[in-house]
Amino acid sequence: MAAACTSRTRQMMGLLRILRNFSQNERLLSTSVLRHNVASDGPPKFTPPSKPVIIDKTQKEASLRRFLSPEFIPPRQRTNPVKFSIERKDMIQRRKVLNIPEFYAGSILAVTMTDPHVNGNMNRFIGICIQRSGKGLGATFILRNVVDGQGVEICYELYSPRMRKIEVLKLEKRLDDNLMYLRDALPEYSTFNFDMQPVHYEITGDVPVNLLKVKMRPKPWSKRWERPKFNIKGIHFDLCLTPEMMEHAQKWAEPWRPYDMLKEYDTSSLEEHIFKEVQENLRK
Amino acid sequence: MALSLSGVILPKLMQQRAFSVSAAVAAIQKLTRVRVVDNSALGNSHHHRPPKVIHVYTKNVIGKVGDRVLLAIKGQKKKALIVGHKMPGARMTPRFDSNNVVLIEENGNPTGTRIKAPIPTHLRKMEGEYSKLLAIAQRFV
Repeated sequence: MAAACTSRTRQMMGLLRILRNFSQNERLLSTSVLRHNVASDGPPKFTPPSKPVIIDKTQKEASLRRFLSPEFIPPRQRTNPVKFSIERKDMIQRRKVLNIPEFYAGSILAVTMTDPHVNGNMNRFIGICIQRSGKGLGATFILRNVVDGQGVEICYELYSPRMRKIEVLKLEKRLDDNLMYLRDALPEYSTFNFDMQPVHYEITGDVPVNLLKVKMRPKPWSKRWERPKFNIKGIHFDLCLTPEMMEHAQKWAEPWRPYDMLKEYDTSSLEEHIFKEVQENLRK
Repeated sequence: MALSLSGVILPKLMQQRAFSVSAAVAAIQKLTRVRVVDNSALGNSHHHRPPKVIHVYTKNVIGKVGDRVLLAIKGQKKKALIVGHKMPGARMTPRFDSNNVVLIEENGNPTGTRIKAPIPTHLRKMEGEYSKLLAIAQRFV
């Protein structure tokens, strides 16, 4: 108690000394004195000023979802950007002929392609898109389905002249971009009926995310999906792995990865630019 | 059941151990375990060892879809035709989750009477040699 008193008086003395040295500022003195007097109640709680709410009535509420297909974004390479712009021109030319809709890994698609070995020339396949890879005209996507108990995957090229029709039966996203783990999951997660009817989806707002967590077959798997390198959120690990195994997998974690500046590739400005270019060229 | 859903056929002893099986490296080669896909008695009867490839009849020792191979099933040698493998092939062609094979005679006639599993359509190129096999196939992908 005595110590507290002496400390308080010492503080007051110091304050007075400071005030004597600097030019007297009325406001400064009053607030500091107030603060020391109210020290027992606690400092006054900081209330942030209320944010102004801006209601933009000029824009319509329902606006089309902005989607740029990932194969338009050029990779970070030492090639001449002219190559990418020429490729984009060809891609837009192809898109004027064939409608390539918006889809993500996890959407269910029906693809019709020309096949000389089928009478009628058309071959239709339905499956879930497990991966979208490749940039430019060589962009591909893999559809997976389980047909008669046999798992089948077909890798289609988006811009191949053999592609006749791409329909999205169900547009949705999953928790991951790459669903290769479906190969080691129970077959019920990859089976889709060939007579499936298209499910209606909104063209405005966000794409629905399917928060499904998939049950896996017993190990060994084709890849060690529990390792942090794959960063998979869509597997129900609690059912197939013990906490010790999960911890053991964390040994391969590379926590410095998100901070690696040399691996940074900011595509936001590129995306804006390319999106505008694609939109205006498609309209022509 | 000797045949598991994934198509990777592991004998029961190996299923009890944590036996590491590497992924498909080069389609079908010697000593690969295959899955017989037709309804022949030889292919579907249970044996303590899975059918294995002992020779591939190609210029290079890798077997792809449409190549003939020699299998060892139930202690006997039998020729077969590869109708699907786990290795990804050409772009618009299907990739199967198991290495599928159809038993065949010397002249190219299939041993079984029905093939329930899906067959890739580009196998139709060999219409002349394996026309009977394509006729008994029920599903093309």
